Amino acid sequence: MAQSILTDLKKAAKKSLKAQKDALANAQMQLEILNGELFEDGELPYFKDKIAETNQFPLRPKTLEVLQINVGYMCNQVCGHCHVDAGPDRKEIMTRETMQQCLDVIRNTGAHTLDLTGGAPEMNPDFRWFVEEASKAGIKDFIVRSNLTIILANKKYQDLPEFFKKHNVHVVSSMPHYTRGKTDKQRGDGVFDKSIKALQMLNKVGYGMPDSDLRLDLVYNPSGAFLPADQAAMEHDFKKALKEDFDIDFHNLFAITNLPISRFLDYLIASDNYEDYMYSLVEAYNPAAVESVMCTNTISVSWDGWLYDCDFNQMLDLKVASKVKHIKDYNDDVLNNRDIVISQHCYGCTAGAGSSCQGTVA
Amino acid sequence: MAKSYYDPADLRKFGKITEWSEELGNKFFDYYGKVFEEGALSAREKSLIALAVSHVVKCPYCIDAYTKDGLQRGITKEEMMEAVHAGAAIESGATLVHGVQMMNKYDKLSM
Repeated sequence: MAQSILTDLKKAAKKSLKAQKDALANAQMQLEILNGELFEDGELPYFKDKIAETNQFPLRPKTLEVLQINVGYMCNQVCGHCHVDAGPDRKEIMTRETMQQCLDVIRNTGAHTLDLTGGAPEMNPDFRWFVEEASKAGIKDFIVRSNLTIILANKKYQDLPEFFKKHNVHVVSSMPHYTRGKTDKQRGDGVFDKSIKALQMLNKVGYGMPDSDLRLDLVYNPSGAFLPADQAAMEHDFKKALKEDFDIDFHNLFAITNLPISRFLDYLIASDNYEDYMYSLVEAYNPAAVESVMCTNTISVSWDGWLYDCDFNQMLDLKVASKVKHIKDYNDDVLNNRDIVISQHCYGCTAGAGSSCQGTVA
Repeated sequence: MAKSYYDPADLRKFGKITEWSEELGNKFFDYYGKVFEEGALSAREKSLIALAVSHVVKCPYCIDAYTKDGLQRGITKEEMMEAVHAGAAIESGATLVHGVQMMNKYDKLSM
């Protein structure tokens, strides 16, 4: 039964949930599940009540450190775990006008990190213009989250390693495993070989080499209904395998927990793993991780300029609880005086050693 | 009463055994936790040993738990299956080595 559902999922995986007109493409529907009977019946505690046990409710922002901008949901891949529901059929793309509004903020913000994500951010037609302009703002750490295969997807992307180098971009790339089988199962056939080739191209221009200032970090997401293990141990295994098998170097590995939203939620439900997964997250709850959870130092901007506490809240359409809700009205002081919007998906960021776009936090 | 001897949801309730004997329960879980920490053997190696033993003692809860634990640690399915074979080989060896006892007895009873 579960197997046939998974086969159906795999067949459908060429399209986003949105293009399939799947009910789970709707944020409201996802929130209803996350607030559903598992928590309603008191079997598991609401996230709000859990953090209240240690007087951490309401969750409040600290100093803004990271401005994360989602430049569009279009992607060349349709990964089974994607919380964005990204894919080639997604047409939500940030316009140059919104980028301009972002640049105004980047030039004036105290944030030390600018983090571009998507979709595949490189597919935005104004991506290069935006990177060129943003890199002039003198931000300390300028991250682009690249899925690697985009570099080989089309001739016009093949100079991306050189382009990143020219603008001193910090490349953060997804790599679910150092073996072919697990990577392709999560991300699609052929993704592993292309990712390896792209990493070698990045190494070739100097990215990820032991003493290089050109930062290349990898992101590991578990390829299934389980939590990531110890980040340092995984990094050790990844480094050893990628070096021995493919002569690839990289700097750090970020272990990121899959949050139960969008396509990963769809997978959890279809494979009858949802309940167990939520139990795993709640059992692994770590109050120390709440202290440094990424929404306390990050603002997430959507393709159309709305502001969110994180990229996950963006996908659940939970805008910041502040008078300022759009990049055009951006104001550090007003935004800093807000309560962070939470739901049960937040357990994903507080499990074990915690999880953020920069890996573990506790 | 449950219709089945084994219910996957019971694994989550394992910690509840402490409620009926707090001292012994706590001592067991302290010991259990300590055993699986990094030591002369890595936590990864111990996870594979636990997986093999889970099969030998045929504990469905343990098999669920240590398959998941292995996945979390990035242990490959090939490594997991080899561990199961190591357990199975010892178990079948343990049966077969008794064949010597049979042979001894046979010889003793035969003229």
